[in-house]
Amino acid sequence: MNNIFIKSSLAIVLVSAFFGSCRPKDTADAVGGDAAQKVYVAPGKYDEFYNFVSGGFSGQMSVYGLPSARLLRVIPIFSQDPQSGYGYSEETKPMLNTSHGYVPWDDQHHLNMSQTKGEVDGRWIFANANNTPRIARVDLKTFKTVEIIELPNSAGNHSSPFITENTEYVVAGTRFSVPPDNDNGDVPINTYKDNFKGYLSFVKVGKEGQMDIAFQIETPGLNWDLSHAGKGKSHGWFFFSCYNSEQANTLLEVNASKNDKDFIMAVNWKKAEEYIKAGKGKKIKAKYAHNTWDEKTHTAKSEMRTEVLVLDSKMLKDICYLIPCPKSPHGCDVDPTGEYIVGSGKLAALIPVFSFDKMKNAIAKKQFDGDYEGIPVIKYEAALYGEVKKPGLGPLHTEFDGKGNAYTTFFVSSEVVKWDIKTLKILDRVPVYYSPGHLSIPGGDSRKPFGKYMVVYNKITKDRYLPTGPELAQAAQLFDISGDKMKLLLDYPTIGEPHYAQSAPADLIRNNGQLKFYKIEENNHPYVAKGEKEAKVIRKGNQVHVYMTSIRSHFASDNIEGVKVGDEVYFHVTNLEQDWDVPHGFAIKGADNAELLIMPGETSTLKWIPKKVGMFPFYCTDFCSALHQEMSGYLRVSPAGSSVPLTFSLGTNMPAK
Amino acid sequence: MYKLTFFVVAFVMLTSCGDKTKTNDDFSKDAAAPSEESATNPTDAVAYDPNRGIGKHTSVDLGDKLDEAMAAEGEKIQSVKCSSCHKLTDEKLVGPGWKGVTLRQKPEWIMNFITNPDPMIDKDPALQAQLELCLVRMPNQALTDIDARNLLEFMRKNDGVK
Repeated sequence: MNNIFIKSSLAIVLVSAFFGSCRPKDTADAVGGDAAQKVYVAPGKYDEFYNFVSGGFSGQMSVYGLPSARLLRVIPIFSQDPQSGYGYSEETKPMLNTSHGYVPWDDQHHLNMSQTKGEVDGRWIFANANNTPRIARVDLKTFKTVEIIELPNSAGNHSSPFITENTEYVVAGTRFSVPPDNDNGDVPINTYKDNFKGYLSFVKVGKEGQMDIAFQIETPGLNWDLSHAGKGKSHGWFFFSCYNSEQANTLLEVNASKNDKDFIMAVNWKKAEEYIKAGKGKKIKAKYAHNTWDEKTHTAKSEMRTEVLVLDSKMLKDICYLIPCPKSPHGCDVDPTGEYIVGSGKLAALIPVFSFDKMKNAIAKKQFDGDYEGIPVIKYEAALYGEVKKPGLGPLHTEFDGKGNAYTTFFVSSEVVKWDIKTLKILDRVPVYYSPGHLSIPGGDSRKPFGKYMVVYNKITKDRYLPTGPELAQAAQLFDISGDKMKLLLDYPTIGEPHYAQSAPADLIRNNGQLKFYKIEENNHPYVAKGEKEAKVIRKGNQVHVYMTSIRSHFASDNIEGVKVGDEVYFHVTNLEQDWDVPHGFAIKGADNAELLIMPGETSTLKWIPKKVGMFPFYCTDFCSALHQEMSGYLRVSPAGSSVPLTFSLGTNMPAK
Repeated sequence: MYKLTFFVVAFVMLTSCGDKTKTNDDFSKDAAAPSEESATNPTDAVAYDPNRGIGKHTSVDLGDKLDEAMAAEGEKIQSVKCSSCHKLTDEKLVGPGWKGVTLRQKPEWIMNFITNPDPMIDKDPALQAQLELCLVRMPNQALTDIDARNLLEFMRKNDGVK
């Protein structure tokens, strides 16, 4: 961040500080005397909320407890995880398959928890991948990524993975419009206006959570930024914000910031469903991966899909309407009643609040300001409920407390502002450290917020913690919002770059039938060894399959001979334990991929190609018992072409007497 | 950095200090379930019965003869969940061999131990002595009551019951 920017933004911040009414002596004053008590969760006690936080460029999701901010887990979604073997084990590799091949990383921006009747229900969390467009589903019984679907015709899947109020759909949008996959993409970049299109994907979610792209809506080339579904009265509609209505293809910082207003697009997806029933959709060729995890075989499979159903927003006039919104809007947030749609123009100095009823009325009365590439543009005033005046600078995102209040982050003026949805009056403002992106209130984007806590995720950390060289963790700040004024309680570092978070009452998830281990009887892995009598080593050409078991505290087999340089060795390790929290690890010297961490009752496979002759110890990496250090074995590697016979044993390979 | 500090110092905070005394709810407990303290505590040392152990099995009905079908089912479970650590002879592997176990221990004790090992290892004098020899706590292998009963029948077969 350059100096001029810092100076100018600080100057702006200070000016905006005059909106406030009192001045603290230092940041310590920002914290009330009982803050420590409010975040203290005694040893052995549980937190009140689960808090799921996107990992940004880490490709992972972290899980915290609130209000303690204790880190409970980090779940790999789009990134390989050498700790668990996710993305490295033979079983999990297909999860990261795409039409571009194996993609072991992504930029994970937003999360959305499944809902029933507009309330978070604790079944699944959906996660978007921004870079190579994908949506993942994490099962909250196992805290494991169980499904990933790729999105064709898309680039920069940013306005995702937001859901409708009964989890009918999870959506995706393209932030970087591109020529459709099936068209020739080898065109001059400055033909953007002619050749580039935006696609909005509606992914159907089945009863068991399974995802399937129901349809895509082709739109003009725009940068679809964020979205949220209608709720209650506006259920059946989806709202997407966009910037770059200028359709610039270079120096967007300047060229996409010229228009006073860009758009929020209202999509009538129920109407889109009717068009599909009437056969108005067009099937076009596309190539995209659909990857699913099977909890019985402990194995993922990847299937390549070949077509997608597309609706044209120009031809089918009454599914899409544009609402002008100042200025390069980011957040597009619908209040718990479903009546108010809050646009956050990130270069604007006001917050427009649109009315769903007025919007529908304007559509009925055709109060349009012409069209934008064939899509009707509703008159700004005709859809506007009102504007929050002088709220701060650079509004980004708004959530709600369920008590009639909205909370908006301001990046440029580095603050959160609380305002009344009905009167549009500002009620409170607090500085945050520094420059927030999103904020999160448990259930704060649903019909039923739990308006007790708010976490603000900041983009700049600077001096908040002990310095750690040039690279710093990002900063989260926890507030108590149960009273009239927002009260800072806690400040803590995060993993990756959190963009968005979801929280739910702890009971909703911990009582959802949490899985503690996999039943060995139900393990249908093709290479399972159910008991040590099934432990064996089989050679098939140059492939060596080791059916191995682990239990406290030994492997079967633990002496293996007759493996040769260049063999493909597959260690299929079954953890025979049947109790909670007894994983075993597996690692072998020279392995160039990762270790395995195998949950009780699970089978997991590590591929290993010995490159040189010698003795290769393997061992359990996860401290499992008092005899954990003894949980090890030897694998002898002989030269290619050696006549050493293949043998395997446990406890019998004794010295000759 | 100076400017940042200046910014922070100059900034406005509107925290009110009207503290409400917060009752600290305990979210560790299941609101729907009765609290653990109110349930009778079976791990109470005073109440420990070394013949029965701790668990729900209070009396096990053994037939006069061996039930071959049950023993066969038990043997299948033994090969998946037990044989890694226990031999069928009296030789120790990770844990003690099974030979004679049905003569040394009451059937209720065996059923309780194999379905509820952790609390019993904490209390039972014989198991504590065994732990000093083996140094590995017997894992809970998630046996159903039927599994446990079939295993007991297989142990009886192993001890020569016909």
